[in-house]
Amino acid sequence: MNAAEQAVDRGADLADPAIVARGLSRRFGDLVAVDRIDLEIPKARIYGFLGPNGSGKTTTIRLLCGLLKPSEGEVEVLGMELPGDAERVRPRIGYMTQRFSLYEDLSVRENLEFIARIYSLERRRRRQRIEENLDRYQLADRPRQRAGTLSGGQRQRLALAAVTLHEPELLLLDEPTSAVDPQSRRDFWDALFELADAGTTILVSTHFMDEAERCHRLAILARGAVVAEGVPRRLAAEIDAQVIEVETERPRAARAALAEAGFVKAVTQLGARLRVMTDDDLDAPVSRIEAILDQAGVQGSVVDVGANLEDVFVAATHFRAADEERS
Amino acid sequence: MKSLGRIGAIIAKEVRQLSRDRLTFGMVVGIPLLQILLFGYAINLDVRHLRAAVADQAGTALSRKLVADTAASQVVDIVAGAADARELEGMLRRGEITVGIVIPPDFERRVREGRRPAAQLLIDGSDPTVAAIATQLAAMPFELRKIAPAGRAKVYEARNYYNPERRSAVQIVPALIGVILTLTMVLFTAVAVVRERERGNLELLITTPIRNLELMVGKIVPYIVIGLIQVTIILVVGWFLFDVPIRGSLLHLYAAALVFIAASLSLGLAISTFAGTQFQAMQLTFFAFLPQMLLSGFMFPFEGMPPFAQNIGLALPLTHFIAIVRGIVLRGAALGELAPNLQALGIFFLVMMAVATLRFRKRLD
Repeated sequence: MNAAEQAVDRGADLADPAIVARGLSRRFGDLVAVDRIDLEIPKARIYGFLGPNGSGKTTTIRLLCGLLKPSEGEVEVLGMELPGDAERVRPRIGYMTQRFSLYEDLSVRENLEFIARIYSLERRRRRQRIEENLDRYQLADRPRQRAGTLSGGQRQRLALAAVTLHEPELLLLDEPTSAVDPQSRRDFWDALFELADAGTTILVSTHFMDEAERCHRLAILARGAVVAEGVPRRLAAEIDAQVIEVETERPRAARAALAEAGFVKAVTQLGARLRVMTDDDLDAPVSRIEAILDQAGVQGSVVDVGANLEDVFVAATHFRAADEERS
Repeated sequence: MKSLGRIGAIIAKEVRQLSRDRLTFGMVVGIPLLQILLFGYAINLDVRHLRAAVADQAGTALSRKLVADTAASQVVDIVAGAADARELEGMLRRGEITVGIVIPPDFERRVREGRRPAAQLLIDGSDPTVAAIATQLAAMPFELRKIAPAGRAKVYEARNYYNPERRSAVQIVPALIGVILTLTMVLFTAVAVVRERERGNLELLITTPIRNLELMVGKIVPYIVIGLIQVTIILVVGWFLFDVPIRGSLLHLYAAALVFIAASLSLGLAISTFAGTQFQAMQLTFFAFLPQMLLSGFMFPFEGMPPFAQNIGLALPLTHFIAIVRGIVLRGAALGELAPNLQALGIFFLVMMAVATLRFRKRLD
């Protein structure tokens, strides 16, 4: 752990978390969407949920803002019990849905006006906050445009402008960037850091690795359960595997040969490269892999590389599946 | 007064959206206009101007007078002549006429003796409304009865209060206010709430501090105004085009309409908590609309229905509103005299509002 990471952990006030969940489960009929999740989300930090579609990210966020009732377990948000205290929590949180949920037939300013009135901002503060957010989220040049005619990135900024009007202490963002271009995503994340610096706690779900890496802390979800949790960089360092990269002209043949080896846990192809994950305690993985490739008659260069977050993700989701099959 | 502020926000938003939704906006004016014109002109329950032919075998001054009097009633238009009953039957069968009038050669003697019917009507019974003309024509006090022996001719005189000309527009137009409001008010609110659910707006709304009742009230208020506009359209058109008089107080009429509109809107809200899609909301609306059309006394006389059907009718708001509106518009009654009906509407409103507010949960499960 380097000095900066230590600072991250110290800065996060873990004694007084924004969200605490214990044994949180939610079933829909036979389907277990969320399976005994424990969470502690520190204040004034960006906390990420990383997981594939159907891993329970949306359901978990809905449980955490009182939209769904848990089948089992407890949730405490900003010191209040959910779902019992949901009405008292609502003025203090902001929830941005995965799908654009403002009114497409109202203009940018009318939407903001509506949300501000729903949160009972008094007239002067309302006007001031709307002007501020129009500026901050680069919508000042189009306040009269209908929301339905905005681009994906503009909609995202409008949604963020609306959800932050009442200056919530906690923001829950459900895949906010899944429908926007890379430049808009970068702008969006700059805005999130600005909010976190000002003291807002942000919980954001994503399936983008680069976004997950930007979070202060991260929980990786797979099939409704938290399979890994921590500071992104440390998650990669503490991965339960070695990662070897193979570059070859015949990646598919190499992959087939490597899949036979007992010590190989997973192989991922990236163009002409293969990322090979092996058992953590394996000696001299590079020479062993070179031997397998020689035997298969495949030419290629083999290098021991460090694990990244994607490897953590693959390890957390794949290995768990393999474990379950074995047991 | 945070609550009022939030209700105000919902109202302002609804009005804005409504003013931009051209189709719905068109329906606000279009449905009452179309319905009143349809019912006023096309669905005319008066039996008039039926095509008729005459076989005058008597050919006397008296028989010609009978034919002229019959034509003057406007119930029939005499379009052809015929030699005898058989020729008339042929014309009936071919659909050239719907009524045949046979005046036998001994017509004058029959009239004088007064024992047998003097003339015969041949009627196309395949159309049930045409059958009504038999009584209508037979009951007409033709002058020729004066020469019949006293006491033999029918002496009763039908006196028809409130609608002496028996124009169906007078009966239909006031009740039509109720029918049109039932259709539009229930549909608008049911769809307005479900649309928010379909478009995902509701998922955002329910995480805000807005309360159920505030959302419901905010949704209802704009449509109350729309309902009152529709009432005005129907009254004005009814008055100009169909000479429907308003004998009672306009204020009482609008007050009653207000309660009925609220009752219909609350029914729409209740429906919206059961429907998942706009299509389902429409289906449920029509499911609730049909019994109101049939059992409220709009189409069939309420007194003539079996007790079972009457009891269902009494649970429906339209039944009570039609009783009120006919009372005020046609009989000049005051609202106080119709209190039981008004109370029934009020109770219906409260029950539906409670159902809607309780069923609408600020959660997704």
